[in-house]
Amino acid sequence: MAHWAFLIPLVPAATYFVILLFGKRFGERCSYIGIGALGASWVMAAINAYQWIDRREIVRESVEWAQWGSGSIRVGTHVDGLATMMLVVVTSVSLLVHIYSLEYLRGDRRYTHYYAALSLFSASMLMLVIADNTLALLTSWELVGLCSFMLISHWWEDKDNSNAGLKAFITNRVGDVGLIVGIIILYFVAGKTFDIDTINSAALSGTIRHGTLLIAACCLLAAVCSKSGQVPLHIWLPDAMAGPTPVSALIHAATMVVAGVYMVARLYGVFFAGFSIGDGGMNLLALVGGVTMVIGASMAFVQNDIKRVLAYSTISQLGYMVAALGVGAWTGGVFHLFTHAFFKACLFLGAGSLSHACHHTFDMREMGGLRKKMPTTFLTFTIGTLALAGVPPLAGFWSKDEILNGARANDFPIIMVLGFVAAIMTAAYMGRALYLIFFGEYRGHAHPHESPKVMMVPVTILAGLAVVVGLLNAPFADYRFGQWVKFEVEVENLYGAEGAVAEGEAAAAAEGEHAAEGAAAAAEGEHAAEGEAGAEGEAAAEAEGEHAAEGEHVIVHSIAEIKELAPGETVLFEPEEHKFNIGVAGSSVAIGLVGLLIATWIYLLRKAPKNLLLVNPFRALHTLLVQKYYLDKLAVDGIAKGTAGPVADGSYWVNQKIIDGAVNGVGVTTKKYLAPFAYEQLDQFVVDGLYNGLGETTKGLGGAFRKLQNGRIQRYGLWLFFAVAILALVVALLA
Amino acid sequence: MVLNQFLLLSLFLFCTGVYGALVRRNGVLVLMSIELMLNAANLNLVAFSAFYKTEISGQVFALFVIAIAAAEVGVGLAIVLLLYRNLSSADLDRADSMKG
Amino acid sequence: MGPENVVFAVIAAAMVFSAIRVVTTRNIVHAALYLVIVLAGIAAQYILLASEFLAWVQVLIYIGAVLVLFLFGIMLTKAPMRGDNDLDNDQRWPAAVASLFLAGVLGTILIDGYGDVEIAEPEKIVRTGDLGRSIFHDWVIPFEVVSMLLLGALIGAIVIARRD
Repeated sequence: MAHWAFLIPLVPAATYFVILLFGKRFGERCSYIGIGALGASWVMAAINAYQWIDRREIVRESVEWAQWGSGSIRVGTHVDGLATMMLVVVTSVSLLVHIYSLEYLRGDRRYTHYYAALSLFSASMLMLVIADNTLALLTSWELVGLCSFMLISHWWEDKDNSNAGLKAFITNRVGDVGLIVGIIILYFVAGKTFDIDTINSAALSGTIRHGTLLIAACCLLAAVCSKSGQVPLHIWLPDAMAGPTPVSALIHAATMVVAGVYMVARLYGVFFAGFSIGDGGMNLLALVGGVTMVIGASMAFVQNDIKRVLAYSTISQLGYMVAALGVGAWTGGVFHLFTHAFFKACLFLGAGSLSHACHHTFDMREMGGLRKKMPTTFLTFTIGTLALAGVPPLAGFWSKDEILNGARANDFPIIMVLGFVAAIMTAAYMGRALYLIFFGEYRGHAHPHESPKVMMVPVTILAGLAVVVGLLNAPFADYRFGQWVKFEVEVENLYGAEGAVAEGEAAAAAEGEHAAEGAAAAAEGEHAAEGEAGAEGEAAAEAEGEHAAEGEHVIVHSIAEIKELAPGETVLFEPEEHKFNIGVAGSSVAIGLVGLLIATWIYLLRKAPKNLLLVNPFRALHTLLVQKYYLDKLAVDGIAKGTAGPVADGSYWVNQKIIDGAVNGVGVTTKKYLAPFAYEQLDQFVVDGLYNGLGETTKGLGGAFRKLQNGRIQRYGLWLFFAVAILALVVALLA
Repeated sequence: MVLNQFLLLSLFLFCTGVYGALVRRNGVLVLMSIELMLNAANLNLVAFSAFYKTEISGQVFALFVIAIAAAEVGVGLAIVLLLYRNLSSADLDRADSMKG
Repeated sequence: MGPENVVFAVIAAAMVFSAIRVVTTRNIVHAALYLVIVLAGIAAQYILLASEFLAWVQVLIYIGAVLVLFLFGIMLTKAPMRGDNDLDNDQRWPAAVASLFLAGVLGTILIDGYGDVEIAEPEKIVRTGDLGRSIFHDWVIPFEVVSMLLLGALIGAIVIARRD
């Protein structure tokens, strides 16, 4: 199946066009086409996962897409453990969301458009995860952004919704520029190639200047910040909840927003070398993730809209993933991505079910006491909450524990502390949401009832997955069992350094005993040998390749060891059995329970002083959180609106108050103090006249400057060409 | 032939285009002036392509510029049309809603 | 002064005159017709510079397509076709100063930089095939980008101009 992986995104992509072209004719039936296509993709992804577990063979297929004098671009698919895992996640959640939407969107005015966009999104996301080069990555990255925009503003008749869509799109543009610049830098430094494996190897081989790599990694980090909602570009994600709830579950919780995390995991060589992750201590990637997880969690406290609570929670959990990658806990971060997709989608779909029951409101103040009326929703939501809060043995516990443990083991104490802080906050705000919704008295005006089966079955499946997926990487799952499902073994990672032939031979003897440790190692060796064939010529490389296949793997058990390797060696990253640290695990459980207890104390038992939040210093904190740390204000009012009106007003003000004032002031002052000492004639006609004249001139100049802002494009053009001419003159004189 | 005769002719056309783009009130006329400027740039490219014997890229880029100019005229005229529909004239002076 | 210089001078004079008329005439349709002369003159200059293919592309695209588009634009915006005293705005003098200033600066630089450098006789005629090979060999990515740009412009023009 892995050889035919391109079919997995192709089927939904074809569905998109079918629905788009024949949507009118099919009407509501087009949803079944979408479900059928996703079902086919899911089956293919499942077969692929089975084959991956069976053979553990990284498969690359590519075709030449464009060729010109000095080079060519190939596009293709790259199916390894990471891609396999992502394929399973995306197709599963997408399929369940498709089914859920049958009922949730029934009778919607743009039902067919909804399913078309959902299909296109699935196709782009699937293409993103199997892309083997950065160009295909960029293309699908933009496509998922476009689909996100289309679906957020699905109900665009409401101005808020279309604004939310625009905000998401424009905020993402900021990061996309970073992605493009980063890809261009990597294209040139890695030897004119878009190939992801080659870029990773080049980055790790130490042949690229560290400063260049750092810049490239920072550019890519901007893209991660915008797509994966990291501070300070997270502002679009809560607004994106304006879209239909299944969309929020699929795109803004489970799949699209993890594209940034996925990109880091995929291009990990660049980030690892660029941010010197192996050195421990602190780096920008870990810092961004650490700050995001705390800020996101804190803002979730003050939201009354259940979807916004979940949105900030998503931001915070994405922070965990980024921080995990930042501290070198690669497996932990990717594993958290995996588990988070299921329990967060479960929570979102549960929220959709609540709103379906309560007259389309998401306001928790109008809910309450729904435990009896909606038992299935209550049960699934509780499972999701506990999984998110990190209560064993649910999914979130294992992955979060692994991240915290990784931060400890790789010497990132600050991130570990931030992780614990965010963990206690997570448990507390989720407890708050749970109690506000399901306990106490019902405060709304609708007649809540359990949602239909079509909606509750997907939610239940997701809740079931939220219980079990964590066990896939649990420490007690031994290797035999692990042959099938053990997570960290499946998602192993391989980096090869290029130009290894000379050293490869020398290293072959020394490193020989490490060779062929597993099926993957042998398969990859051949692969590396193929890579060298270009440099050495076909015939020679055949022989050389055999050598290299045996000799050039160095197996490391901790990502931190990579930095000790000499250039020219290939690294097979195979984490050891997940070392279970009882201290970290115990603390994280204890902290989660403490958080839940705090929530219980405040919101269920209502023991806390009623107006706790209105007391200083809580009130200041509360305002700060409600105002989202003023980050939204900064972006929207400060940057976007700031460039429009205030510049004109400001220059007018400066002109009126400061320049005029100053010059008039000088004139007046001079007149006042100079007069006694000067001849009256001189004063009257020269000095006074001069300064008044100056004042008048300035006034006139100010008026003239104000005329600059006359909105007439040709006047602007006049100044533009004057400026160009002067610039040309300056350049000519300097040259 | 001297290289400069082409370059100076191109310069003249460009500056005429600048003048036209700055003073013409009718949107279509402004677009025509912009065509003058683009053609001046093209003449420059081709002249240098002839000057550097082995270099054919100048001509290739002139082709690209022609393609882009065609796109520009298409979009530009669409904008002028929209302007006309909204203000019932193609007069650029009346499109001053960005006034500060 | 060789024959090619005489040809250049004649064409250049016509172009200069027409270019000035394009930006000063009071009749929009006349402006479009003068523009034809300038564009045809450019094509003639391309032939002088031994770029026949470009010359024909110039004639086909500019005179054949772009000019027709301009005439459509003139008709669709119901521009006055019989002359109009009010075609220029009030910044005629500043604009003239700006463009003359630009011309002065750039002209000085050109004369300073290239003086009397001759364009030598071409040793080898550049054929259309060479041009095509260069496009699809060295410049294939820009070529693809331009085609995407044309597509984008096409869709953009439709979106902007349609009534909805």
